[in-house]
Amino acid sequence: MTFDSIVSFIQQELGTEIVLDQKVDHHPGTIYVSAENLVAVCDLLWRSEATYFDFLSCISGIDHGTDSNYFEVNYQLNSLPHGHQLAISVLLEKPSEGLPTIPTVSYIWKTALWHERETYDLMGINFLGHPDMRRILLPADWKGHPLRKDAINPEYYHGIKVAYDRSEEAAKSWEG
Amino acid sequence: MKEIQYKYHPDHLKNSEPNKYQERDLLPGQMIINIGPQHPSTHGVLRLEVLTDGEVVLDVVPHLGYLHRCFEKHAESLTYPQVIPYVDRMDYLAAMNSEHVYAMGVERMLGITEQIPKRVEYIRVLVAELNRLASHFVALGTYALDIGAFTPFLWMMRDREHILRLLEWTSGARMLYNYIWIGGLYYDLPVGFEERCAEFVTYLKPKLIELNQLVMDNKIFVERTANIGVLDPDLAINYGVSGPMLRGSGLAYDLRKVDGYAVYSEIDFDIPVGQGLMGTVGDCWDRTYVRVQECQESLKIIAQCLEKLTMDYKRDRDFDPRALVPKKIRPKAQDIYVRAENPKGELGFFMRSDGKSDKPSRVKARSACFSNLSIIHEISKGALLADLVAIIGSIDLVLGEVDR
Repeated sequence: MTFDSIVSFIQQELGTEIVLDQKVDHHPGTIYVSAENLVAVCDLLWRSEATYFDFLSCISGIDHGTDSNYFEVNYQLNSLPHGHQLAISVLLEKPSEGLPTIPTVSYIWKTALWHERETYDLMGINFLGHPDMRRILLPADWKGHPLRKDAINPEYYHGIKVAYDRSEEAAKSWEG
Repeated sequence: MKEIQYKYHPDHLKNSEPNKYQERDLLPGQMIINIGPQHPSTHGVLRLEVLTDGEVVLDVVPHLGYLHRCFEKHAESLTYPQVIPYVDRMDYLAAMNSEHVYAMGVERMLGITEQIPKRVEYIRVLVAELNRLASHFVALGTYALDIGAFTPFLWMMRDREHILRLLEWTSGARMLYNYIWIGGLYYDLPVGFEERCAEFVTYLKPKLIELNQLVMDNKIFVERTANIGVLDPDLAINYGVSGPMLRGSGLAYDLRKVDGYAVYSEIDFDIPVGQGLMGTVGDCWDRTYVRVQECQESLKIIAQCLEKLTMDYKRDRDFDPRALVPKKIRPKAQDIYVRAENPKGELGFFMRSDGKSDKPSRVKARSACFSNLSIIHEISKGALLADLVAIIGSIDLVLGEVDR
């Protein structure tokens, strides 16, 4: 199926207002949906024979920057039998406190189990309903989420200096 | 020298990498066995927390991140060409393949995919396939070593050395090349490379037959790997498993055929799949079988590339592999997901450019090993502890790519 026919299929099944935005010039074509409708869309795409997206390639969390009020989660879907691809993006507003939340898709595609953990670990996005939401790459007692644009490294971790010291004094002490 | 400081506390390990299972919750006869991060059979710094009942594995919990080097964060502060050396260091056994994917991605963002000269494309495929051979050799050699056979490892390292020297001659480095550039190549192939490479192909053909006799038909190897770690194709797809692991489960899915990127659509080769010749479809033996067969297919591709590079697109004094390399890379604002078949499976890059900067605003690497490893608890349930080693080896992990 082409991108347009997938989009019209979703709109036909779930209503026209469900696709908030579509970007044809992205590769693969991207649709924007809201966080509430994400599971319904994913479930439809996975269940329907016409689309049958059985392979979730990648989940990426994106920080829109310090001057913007949004995070984004991007899902890359692939259908092995049909050979078509689709990207789904969800915009999440930055909450005043706590982590932004989005429902999990890990019971549709198990790939999401680890990819969502990684997104939580590095970007600080909470996936509601995930069976095992722990950090995966960083140590469990690490503070903060380093892929955020405003992330600040802690000065010390277990007594080890974290920040790379670029001062001339430090350079001299290494050379000497 | 500055002293390295570390404040020791006995709870540090417990706090930084807590176990999923606690000693107090164990039933009689159950044990928690910790394997790694410094254990040769984990192929790097992978730590496995294994819950066993006697000798039978009940659950495996991988603890990752010991080789995390913040690739994605680094990539946000580097220009597009500067990211390539970092890409090399993800899967350090197949750096050419990773570079190829990344370069293809940025070229697609710039819209110059169609303009890349055919000679450049053929050289890229040639070096990528050589590197695929080298990567499979390490996989096969170390796998046999895990099972307890020492000879195959030495033989594979001997043959891999020829490939590393060929690639060193081309790019100047043995493992981390930075050879495939955005829009072209670092240099053309060195004079005489085609002849030496053709000699290598003739040299390697009988060696692969020897490998088949030494490893694949070996009774001990078959006993250790057949019917072990059987992976169902539906489960594999659901977990995002790709590459030789997916093909070992009997599904002929290879992105080189599906997408036909670079010049793979013009090249004739087959996709080997697991057939359960020694046991069940999708067992450890089948995954190894697929890798051995893929070596044969890579040789076929290399031979065809060499033919093209000496006949249709032969060496030319005026040919400049850097002619299309852009001076300033500033793609228009877009998202792109580029994928390709690495020796381990599907390597993908999700990239976003904001249209203003010469640095990507987000690069996410979808590594094959990461998804392939996530299935380990499913296929090792009920296996013996010694078989767990066979299962880890058959996944063909490179921890640099898992942790990035």
